Amino acid sequence: MSGAIKAKHQRLVLVVIALVALIGAGLLAAWSLRSQASFFYLPSEMVANPPEPDRPVRLGGMVEAGSLKTDADGVTIRFVLWDDKGRVPVEFKGIVPDLFQEGSGAVAEGKRRADGTFVADNLLAKHDEKYVPREMKNMTADQARQVVEQTK
Amino acid sequence: MHGFANPARFLRLARVLTGPLLFTGIGLTLAALAWGLFGAPAERLQGDSVRILFVHVPAAWLGMGGWTAIAIASLAELVWRHPLAAIAARAIALPGAFFALLCLVTGSLWGRPAWGTWWVWDGRLTSMLVLFFLYCAFIALADAANRDGEGGSRVPAIFGLVGAVNIPIIHFSVLWWNSLHQPPSITVGKSEMAPAFLYGLLAATIGFSLIFGAVVLMRMRTILANAQAEARLRRRAMEALDD
Repeated sequence: MSGAIKAKHQRLVLVVIALVALIGAGLLAAWSLRSQASFFYLPSEMVANPPEPDRPVRLGGMVEAGSLKTDADGVTIRFVLWDDKGRVPVEFKGIVPDLFQEGSGAVAEGKRRADGTFVADNLLAKHDEKYVPREMKNMTADQARQVVEQTK
Repeated sequence: MHGFANPARFLRLARVLTGPLLFTGIGLTLAALAWGLFGAPAERLQGDSVRILFVHVPAAWLGMGGWTAIAIASLAELVWRHPLAAIAARAIALPGAFFALLCLVTGSLWGRPAWGTWWVWDGRLTSMLVLFFLYCAFIALADAANRDGEGGSRVPAIFGLVGAVNIPIIHFSVLWWNSLHQPPSITVGKSEMAPAFLYGLLAATIGFSLIFGAVVLMRMRTILANAQAEARLRRRAMEALDD
């Protein structure tokens, strides 16, 4: 009987060691992917460490309130994507998703022009983790600030 | 745990549990989905498309929970050689794969109106797709191992444990890397979801989970019955040979 228990314990120890090694490897891989696996640049990252112009990248941040303007041609829009440490002007020509609006998160796909403006050829709307019925949409300033903090 | 090592005792319990689990689950799910479709309010930004939440989130939970259960069963198989562990893992794999796929499909349908795209290769979506592929591989591997007969259940068990690495990656993908998918709305002791959505979602999740449990019990009973029938056929063939 003692032999069977011993074998069982041996298997348990082996499996635990294998699992620890496995989880360690997974964590290391995830850690090394930290920058590569991110879906987009934050505005602060783009300001601090700009990608070379004409390299297709994504830029994600909050649409600055009051920054959204439509050009005279009626289809080109300009707005500013920002986070707490940077702001990048964006230019986009086309149809925007329904959820795209000032004060919400958005991801722009395109290229950074040499003058620092981001020229987007596709816009994606990001929605936050809050689910609020229409009747409750008048959020307080404090809640709005929280929303901004959580886009990072 | 080893009290259920006796398949006869397990079968008695499973037979009693299957019906109540299934019917409570169906009732709760139908009520929650009816609430989601007709009772819950429209969301402030997303409008009516938020209603797909009541299927998407339970599907994601069961897709990930299913593999967690496979990993636990695999551990029991490798360390304790529990006679029902491999059967449980095989029984879980198919409904798990179904819910992972359901999560991907409903997410895609939801992404089009909410984000403006059917699919992006961000961390959350990609790791969830990997989970679905892992399920497909597990099903193929477990079936092949089963055909090999006794002792063949160790390889799928190792695969079940290795694949579990993906589960925390799915969960943390929206926290480690910035992604198009939003961070979790419900964390321990905290919810960013209005009660009108939260309680309906809770009911739907419990309902779908009960159905999942019932299906797993039914599949385990089927696998056991198949094994029994096969053993009986083999015995009869041997007897015929002896005559």
